[in-house]
Formats: sequence, C-alpha cells, structure tokens
Amino acid sequence: MRALEVGEAALLLEFEDGEETRAFHAELLRRRAAGALPPVREIVPAARTVLLDGVADPGRLAVEAARWEVPPLDPREGPVVEVPVRYDGPDLAEVAALWGVAPGEVGRVHAGVEYRVAFCGFAPGFGYLTGLPERYAVPRRATPRTAVPAGSVALAGPYTGVYPRASPGGWQLIGTTDAVLWDTAREPAALLTPGSRVRFTEEGV
Amino acid sequence: MRDRAFAVVRAGALTTVQDRGRFGHAHLGVPRSGALDPYAVALVNRLVGNDGGAAVLETTLTGCAVRPRCAVTVAVGGAPCPVTVDGRPAPWGAAVRVEAGAVLEVGTAVRGVRSYVAFAGGVAADPVLGSRSTDLLSGLGPAPLVDGAVLPLGAAPPPDAPHYEGAPWRGVPDEVVLRVRFGPRDDWFTAGALRTLTTSTYVVSAASNRVGLRLEGPPLERARAGELPSEGMVLGAVQVPPDGHPVVFLADHPTTGGYPVVCVVREPDLAAAAQAAPGARVRFVRGR
Repeated sequence: MRALEVGEAALLLEFEDGEETRAFHAELLRRRAAGALPPVREIVPAARTVLLDGVADPGRLAVEAARWEVPPLDPREGPVVEVPVRYDGPDLAEVAALWGVAPGEVGRVHAGVEYRVAFCGFAPGFGYLTGLPERYAVPRRATPRTAVPAGSVALAGPYTGVYPRASPGGWQLIGTTDAVLWDTAREPAALLTPGSRVRFTEEGV
Repeated sequence: MRDRAFAVVRAGALTTVQDRGRFGHAHLGVPRSGALDPYAVALVNRLVGNDGGAAVLETTLTGCAVRPRCAVTVAVGGAPCPVTVDGRPAPWGAAVRVEAGAVLEVGTAVRGVRSYVAFAGGVAADPVLGSRSTDLLSGLGPAPLVDGAVLPLGAAPPPDAPHYEGAPWRGVPDEVVLRVRFGPRDDWFTAGALRTLTTSTYVVSAASNRVGLRLEGPPLERARAGELPSEGMVLGAVQVPPDGHPVVFLADHPTTGGYPVVCVVREPDLAAAAQAAPGARVRFVRGR
C-alpha cells in the first residue's frame, strides 16, 4: 500500500490491484462501523485506490493504516443484488464478434459470472462492476453515443455497468434492464453500492 | 397572494438554488455541490437572520429578478451588482424589505461572477439526499431557475433572531492567487511543468462552470504517458487532461476521474477562484 496526501484534508491509499483495494475498502467500512476510524467525510473506492476525504490528520491516518492487518476479501461476503436483463443491446453483434461467440451467446456468458461493484462514479448510481474474465474485455466505442437510454447494460474495458439514467456514453450496449438503479427516496439511493455482489439473470424475450 | 413563495421574473444566464452541499454520498457518484462562494452565502444569510445552512439563490454574471408573494427581507451579496426593488435603487450587501408583489432585480455583476440572494426563511425547495443544492453535473436537486417558476420560502426566522449589518467584503482582485499543495500525481509531470505551473499566469476560460474553472496558459508537460486508473477526486483538485491545460475542480466536480491531479487548491481560496470571471488572471503558489 502507498499513501498519498491530497491537499490538506484527504488521503489517497493506492494498492497493487483491484482485489487488494476491495479488501482494504471493506476493512475501512468495518472499522468505521466499529467506531475505530477517525472521523472521515467521504470514503471513495476506485479502481486501485481508496480516497479518504475530510480527515483531520491525513498523515497520522496514513501511518496507522499502514499497520493494519487486512484479511483478504471473502468472495461470498456482501449482499447479492439480482438484475434481470434482456440481452437486446445495439452493440450485441459487435461484442459477440470481439468475444468470438454467436450474438445469442453473449447473454449466457455475461449472466454466467458473479460480479462485484468495485466503485461508483460517472453519474449517481453508476457502478463499475468487475468479475468478467480478462479475455472478455472490450474497447470503448470509437465515437460515444450522445444519448444512452436509462437501464442500458454496458461493457467497457474490464468493467460492466448499467446506466441509471439517460446520458451520453461510450460503452458497448448489450442489454436492457427495468431495475431501478437510482432512487433518491430509497436508502441507499443506489441499487449497486461499492462492495455489493451482482448477478445478471437472462430474461426471456 | 400572500403565500410564502416567490415567482421568477427573469432567471438570468444561470440561477440555481444552493446551500452548503450534499455530503456523504461521493462513493455513490454524487458530487458535493453547494454554493461556490460559501463566505458570501454565510454573510447574506446572517443579514436576513437565517441559519448559515439556509438555501439561497446563486446567479451567474447576469443576475436575476424575482417577485415575492409575501413581504420578505432579502439580502444580495457575493459579486457586487446593482440592486433595485420595483425599479428603485436598493443597497447591495444589506438587509432589504421587499413588499408582496414587488420585483427585486439583481443586476449584472460589476465584478466577479456569482451573486447570492438570501430570503428570510430560506428557499424551501425539496431537499434531495439532505441538501437543496442544484447539482448541474448529475441533475440532482431543484432544476435551475426558469422564467415563471415559483419556489417556496421557509418560515421567517423569529424577529428576535440575531441581526447583522453589512460587513466589509474584499471583492475580487485583478489577479487571483491560489495556494496549492502538490500531489497526489505531481510525479506524472516534468520538473519543468511544475515550475511552469507556479511561475506562469493563467487566464480563466469562458468554458468554466460550476464543475470546474478551466484555465488557459502554458500547457503542463507529462513525465509519463499512459492512463491513470480512475480515482477519487477532491474539491480544489487541479486535474490536467491530455491537452495540458489545468482545470480546478469546483463544487459540482465528478467524484472519480482518470486524469492526473497535479496539485490541490486550499479550500478557503476556492471562493475567489469561483468569482474569477472569464479573462481574469490566476496564479498558483505553493502554499503554507
């Protein structure tokens, strides 16, 4: 782990890989729930870092955090969210070609994996989901779409994501879900929160 | 009509509802948002007897005009601008009584960018995730004002609430100096680029908004190629996209981002940054 101070009141903890990042993020949440973490306003996990923002003494926390024993993440730990999907996206054929499978097979492959929400960003409730094996990584579209409909299930790089609301976007669209990804009247507002496990289920057409 | 509300007569270029912002949801991709000049907001709220967390209007360059449906005490502060009530001059930076049906006109900023209008009782738009702030990046909170819209006001503070007279305001200097701390990704830039950053004068671009203050000037050269995996972003982060032109992140900034952050501006300096109009000069100094 490497600790980088960010401004006067934040700390960026950097890790070797996503797995280690996830495990440390879980440890931070455990310690905060147990009252064993100094007050912190935001804990923001990302690809290989966790940002702690609104910390009184980032330098001191960095020294303390370096001494923690962090258990590896149990793959069965955390709530499971099921997201039903119709695999009918406009980029299905393109993704099938990149994967070397028939278009009808994309859904089977995609729904056959258990995912974990690595981090959120881009828009409220947009989760970056990891779990898809590396050989299924796909590039972003050369030209982003100006409007991607809400509920679009999409792929980019090693990640899977679902657009919580209509927005521009450059990810490859493989399907659609009616699941409500973001609802400010709900607690938490996001269906997919960092650390959650996610299963996509293939809906019949 | 005597209900506690006001109608928007002229929305101006961009007028939004703002309070202290939306905290604790960054991990879900929710920006903090909130007023860009919190010191001006604290002052106008005090002038009308409000708690500092009351929601106000934030205008952008061209002000706005509103017609309260009830008699209400207001105060206009932030970027200095002409203020009138039913066409008659009224003071800026002081409590002003506006009768029901009268039009409060907040004119174009003489200096700076963002003026603030506090109403006694605050703007009582529905809070979202604990805040009434309009978040332009993700569309949370009340929509930006449009002509004809009607917004509710909160209950007036008790008459014995602490009363303040106008306080001095330092105004927007010709050249904004921002204190920064290098990192977390200063090692992605050449030593020459870091020198350039702290010795050059940058100019505020017209493309600036509540998300970021975009700056034009000598580009910052990278010491490393390649892409940085997305990481959490803080208020005041100075992100440098591939074109080398720094962007200072303001309240509606994305919570994660993939361009390296060369340095972070100290939070107390960001109000002046947000009041720097297009064309204003900005300098970065390594701050204590």
